[in-house]
Amino acid sequence: MPARPERMTDRYSAWRLLKESLSGNRGWKPAWRKPEPKASYDVIIVGGGGHGLATAHYLASVHGITNVAVVEKGPIGLGNGGRNTTIVRSNYGLPSNTRFYEHSLKLWEGLEQDLNYNVMMSQRGVLNLFHSDSQRDIAARRGNSMRIQGVDAELLDREAVRSVAPFIELDNPMFPIFGGLMQRRGGTARHDAVIWGFARAADRRGVDIIEHCEVTGIRREAGRVTGVETTRGFIGAKKVGVAVAGNTSRLATMAGLSLPVESHLLQAFVSEAIKPMIDGVVTFGAGHFYISQSDKGGLVFGGDLDGYNSYSQRGNLPVVEHLLGAAVSMIPALSRLRVLRQWAGIMDMTMDSSPFICKTPIDGLYFNGGWCYGGFKATPGSGWCFAHTIARNEPHAFNADLTIDRFRDGRMIDERGAGPNPWAQ
Amino acid sequence: MTSKRLPSGGLIDRGTTVRFNFDGRSFTGHPGDTLASALLANGVRLVGRSFKYHRPRGIMTAGPEEPNALVELREGARREPNTKATEIELHDGLVSASQNRWPSLAFDLMSINGFAGPAISAGFYYKTFMWPKSFWEKLYEPLIRRAAGLGRAASQPDPDHYEAMHAHCDVLVVGSGAAGLAAARAAGEAGARVIICERDFVPGGGLLLSPADAAWRGDMVNALEAMPNVEILTRTNVFGYYDHNLLGAVERVSDHKAEPDQHEVRQRYRTFRAKQVVLATGASERLIAFPGNDRPGAMMAGAALTYLRRFGVVPGRNAVVFTNNDSAYETALALAEAGSGKVTLVDVRSQSALAAAMTARGIDVRLASEVAYFDGKTALVRRRGGAGGDKFVADLLCPSGGWNPNVQLASQSGAKPRWEATLASHVPGESVQAERSAGATKGIFGIGAAAYDGARAGREAAAAAGFAKAQDFALPERGPAEQPIAPFWEVKASGKSFVDLQHDVTAEDIRLAHREGFSHVEHAKRYTTHGMATDQGKLGSLVGSAILAEARGEPVEAVGVPTHRPYTMPVAFGALAGHASGAHFQPVRRTALNDWHLRNGAVMQPTGAWLRPFFYPKPGETGWEPIFREARAVRSSVGICDVSTLGKIDVQGPDAAAFLDRLYINTFSTLAVGKCRYGVMLREDGIVFDDGTTSRLAEDHFLVTTTTGNAAPVLEHMEFHAQTVWPELDVQFCSVTDQWAQVAVAGPKSRETLAAAVDGLDLSNEVFPFMGVGEGKIAGVPVRLFRISFSGELAYEIAVPSGHAETVWEAILAAGKPFGIVPYGLEAMSLMRVEKGHAAGPELNGQTTAADLGMGRMMKKSGDVIGRVLAGRPGLADPGRPRLVGIRPVDTNKRLRGGAHIVREPGSGTSMGWVSSVTQSIEHACWIGLAMVENGEALKNQRVFAVSPLHDESVEVTITSPHHVDPENLRVRA
Amino acid sequence: MHLIPCPYCGERPQDEFHYRGDATVKRPAPDAGEQAFYDYVYTRANPRGWHDEWWQHYAGCRQWIRVRRNTLTHAVAASAGPADALPEATP
Repeated sequence: MPARPERMTDRYSAWRLLKESLSGNRGWKPAWRKPEPKASYDVIIVGGGGHGLATAHYLASVHGITNVAVVEKGPIGLGNGGRNTTIVRSNYGLPSNTRFYEHSLKLWEGLEQDLNYNVMMSQRGVLNLFHSDSQRDIAARRGNSMRIQGVDAELLDREAVRSVAPFIELDNPMFPIFGGLMQRRGGTARHDAVIWGFARAADRRGVDIIEHCEVTGIRREAGRVTGVETTRGFIGAKKVGVAVAGNTSRLATMAGLSLPVESHLLQAFVSEAIKPMIDGVVTFGAGHFYISQSDKGGLVFGGDLDGYNSYSQRGNLPVVEHLLGAAVSMIPALSRLRVLRQWAGIMDMTMDSSPFICKTPIDGLYFNGGWCYGGFKATPGSGWCFAHTIARNEPHAFNADLTIDRFRDGRMIDERGAGPNPWAQ
Repeated sequence: MTSKRLPSGGLIDRGTTVRFNFDGRSFTGHPGDTLASALLANGVRLVGRSFKYHRPRGIMTAGPEEPNALVELREGARREPNTKATEIELHDGLVSASQNRWPSLAFDLMSINGFAGPAISAGFYYKTFMWPKSFWEKLYEPLIRRAAGLGRAASQPDPDHYEAMHAHCDVLVVGSGAAGLAAARAAGEAGARVIICERDFVPGGGLLLSPADAAWRGDMVNALEAMPNVEILTRTNVFGYYDHNLLGAVERVSDHKAEPDQHEVRQRYRTFRAKQVVLATGASERLIAFPGNDRPGAMMAGAALTYLRRFGVVPGRNAVVFTNNDSAYETALALAEAGSGKVTLVDVRSQSALAAAMTARGIDVRLASEVAYFDGKTALVRRRGGAGGDKFVADLLCPSGGWNPNVQLASQSGAKPRWEATLASHVPGESVQAERSAGATKGIFGIGAAAYDGARAGREAAAAAGFAKAQDFALPERGPAEQPIAPFWEVKASGKSFVDLQHDVTAEDIRLAHREGFSHVEHAKRYTTHGMATDQGKLGSLVGSAILAEARGEPVEAVGVPTHRPYTMPVAFGALAGHASGAHFQPVRRTALNDWHLRNGAVMQPTGAWLRPFFYPKPGETGWEPIFREARAVRSSVGICDVSTLGKIDVQGPDAAAFLDRLYINTFSTLAVGKCRYGVMLREDGIVFDDGTTSRLAEDHFLVTTTTGNAAPVLEHMEFHAQTVWPELDVQFCSVTDQWAQVAVAGPKSRETLAAAVDGLDLSNEVFPFMGVGEGKIAGVPVRLFRISFSGELAYEIAVPSGHAETVWEAILAAGKPFGIVPYGLEAMSLMRVEKGHAAGPELNGQTTAADLGMGRMMKKSGDVIGRVLAGRPGLADPGRPRLVGIRPVDTNKRLRGGAHIVREPGSGTSMGWVSSVTQSIEHACWIGLAMVENGEALKNQRVFAVSPLHDESVEVTITSPHHVDPENLRVRA
Repeated sequence: MHLIPCPYCGERPQDEFHYRGDATVKRPAPDAGEQAFYDYVYTRANPRGWHDEWWQHYAGCRQWIRVRRNTLTHAVAASAGPADALPEATP
């Protein structure tokens, strides 16, 4: 017998925590049910990562659409939702991006209360360091754009950098620190908790989260989507939204679409846990090295793409060597610490390094993808905008520019000007 | 405190005593000890506190799986937090300290967390700290962050050095136990080049615990050392298995010393590209979950055997050995031999053929029994699943839950681990890369059997690499088969039974995770943090999976274990960086004139990969003064500048002109020999890629210049199109950036200066006009001259073979002396560039079209041009796009900022564009700038605002032509 | 680090090469129109499996070579010079 939705009768509270701790923690309910798929739904979301689960949550909570299934080929949250470096920020320079990511950041700021789940959103700041006058001007252009749009940004000089991040080497011969662009509202969140929090909240509103259910085809009739073929049989749907980072091109192929997307590897690393050393997120131009410290004490860091198409989730050594060289050059005290673990995620890179959340030429089929290496911070905003786009069959102003057609029209949203070369972005 | 050292035995140098310090107390040990063995020998039981509950912990293992005994090793800049005492070689003067305790190890106030246990069970963070909203970041999180973490990082730069070394070999053998030694010997004798890596500081692995096999081990090591084609690397841990049979390792060159010798590195990062790999990495003993399995005195049975046999240390007086397999019987025997107290052997199996022999040695054998409780002093032993039981005085409790083959490297190589029911564990799956496992790594236990399997693996690997000479060496006897293991994971009794000691994850936490739906092994791992500590779950990962499996009602193999990822052991940042850090992080490119710049006081700064002179200050000059002086000299007389970093590409071939016509938006086939022309090239998407002047040196010979940063990308772009898109065009390319130094001589007196320096070329305006190209000699050196200008003045660039750059530079300086010639740097050049309104890096930023930069009309009317078609897309052809304009402040006292935005009114929420480049002008005596402004053409002479909210500034500016100086371009033609 | 089999220089480590993505797309004729160029620059099959791609042996012979590489396993099946074709298909 399928379990019935709980309707948040099991809210987390201080009282509840105390009660459970005195009774052996036996009363906690599963964070999400494991239902059998129904024959059909109003909306099927393909992809049980952060974006898919967030979409389901907002479909239910904002648009009142609860006859929704999220289908996921494995367990939820083990794609990029569970493989990122947990950074949250909205420090983009092009308005099409800024307005979307700022909306996302605002959702982050209220997410714990919205989800009744502590996702450990922690606004300890994101500091982008620059190494020359020209990089400073580029950072200033971005920071000023943010400020004009009402987003927080500050330009720090060397001394200010020294005071917020005393561990940084300011005088590397080739990468001296000239200053940094700080977004204090940026920070990190606990990535797995975001998945679980959205899953639990969506589940409590009646969304069916169906794990181990791989989509093998997208059924269409007369230019309109009618459902998905899965490893657990056909499931009918009036609308289908696809949010499958790392598999976007494969799903597009099932729908007969070709996308301006290439899949690439991005490696990430965590060190052994140490006592607090690095407070916020710090990024460098040298090797694109970026680093933060988790609440548990591990230093979480990463850098460049591996630089070739890949679905392997296996990184290679050249990027590791370069990145660790940058790390030790910029923060010399890291040298004797140890890297504990390394992993890689598949980035669906678009040809301008910006994402898309949009309708497709097929009625009732919607795509969300191309998150490059920016998907985690987008999670709530992406879900919110995707839910809006699916529910209303038209984009919200926040995601109106984030279309696939922009490439055809020559309206690229290319923050860094790297061009249609994903391996170089 | 009494010594626990046995009177004899072990692989330690008893004739030498070394002193060391732990938590401020002095102790002694011997060479051959680890810090852990020496602490145990000195009777130190309490070595650390756990992560969450701050429970007291002792030494649990004798290897990299150690969860408890983590110390801060060394002091000051060499402090290394979280260093496993079991992996630290003892040396004289070693200083270490326990960590994550306050105020002291024995009395840790944080252990109060232990009483809050049920409230801070797995996942509790996610359910709490949410009320009130603002308290998370202000109160809760800072507290959590302070309490979390283990040791402290050093606060100063690491004084030690690192290096990288890369090797190829026929057969790489990982591990030097019986299997590894036999594999290396077999492959070596077959004629293969063999490298054998051993993590430990002594080769031998499990052989080190078997006195009976000591002679064989010695013979094998001697034989291998004598073979010129075999290299044995000790202290070398292979941390990862990567694509195409590349393995990464770190060799701990001098970690066994107080500090490295002079010129010695601390660690060496190594990679091995092996034709074949033999993985002989052994097996790791796994924990059993029972209440109190974390108390000081709990020690894995294999570890206890290691301390007894290898280090001659008795780890406890009265011992209880708790097992489900035969291996721990040897520990019981060794303990009994040591004769320090009572030994009890608790076996969960109901029968054991070895029991009688144990009893004969005075060991109390309890079959079909289990340990229900341990508190560091007593152990409760009961019938399996029963109640009550007998209490034993025990200060040592040695669990053995069986052995997990170390499949990590095989798994990383792509071989999916396979469940082997007879071992109740995983063994390496089918090989994907050229590797094979041997011995215990494959689940073949016992020295003789492992050696036999190793020899087989070595032979096969050598044969696969093309070496098949016959081998002949002795192998140890293969012992009798072991009795089957009885899979056993947890004693169900009340109290905290740990599955992850470092992260304080209990069996109950795993069940709670399952109740809350975190039933997939990856979810359970993430929810409880099981297996994510620095011991990487080596002890308890499978135990956790088994408990999860039971909760799910499924077999363990259906649950599996989390994916194995690098690194097999944590690796120092410094090691992976190798030598390429600090000043050596990136190679520095210097021009041929670098030494002259340094001798003449230039302020050098990095620009991309290059170091370039920014300006040449005179004594007393500050701020903009040297820049103004240099620029004024150029505008009023003459200056000289090193522009060698420009990319230079020699293009030759009958189709060179046709090729350049497709590369650039403008035409080069019509360019006369002896002339040069400015050109713009696009990316295929219609965005400007690069610009520069191209000279025609002969009908079929061009010299292309690129911007400094794009020298390499432009050459690759050319080669790509010539080789793959238009292979029918006969054209060749060669980078000559480094072969030619280039200097700009600019200013109204530049012609007179050069006329005095150049032989063999008439520089008169008629003979050598603007955009002319010629050849001549300066100081006897053949040079090329180009009449081109970046500053907007009458100017020339002279290309000189790099080796003669300084001669030519000095000759020009001498010729310009009567005119007061000055060297000018990048800053003055940039000032004049902005005055002249030339687009450069900030405008050619990968976002702009030729039309945006005012160069749309350069696009030729017909013909194939890279980028032409997509440049016609509506978004790029939109006339409203930001256009390059000039800006000047209405109030000439106001400064401009690069990165400011252009808005109609201060406070507007809509940007019309941005300020790309600014400078103080010497021509206009105010700040001026270049900006990209929507509908910029139409806004000429209108007033708008350049705002920089980052600086809290808003400056009213007038939109002008980008050409702040000489818009008619008369000076360059003078 | 991959080993890339350069048809001219033999197997060389990946860091001697620069990558340029999909080698199955072909630059259209200049008059082929916007859609053709759009597909050339933007549309990618992005296969999970065998992928024919361009690598330049920049620190060697400087040839742009075609390499058939598996994007899931990173195995390399074949390579060919800039004007040469790769084998029909790799199973």
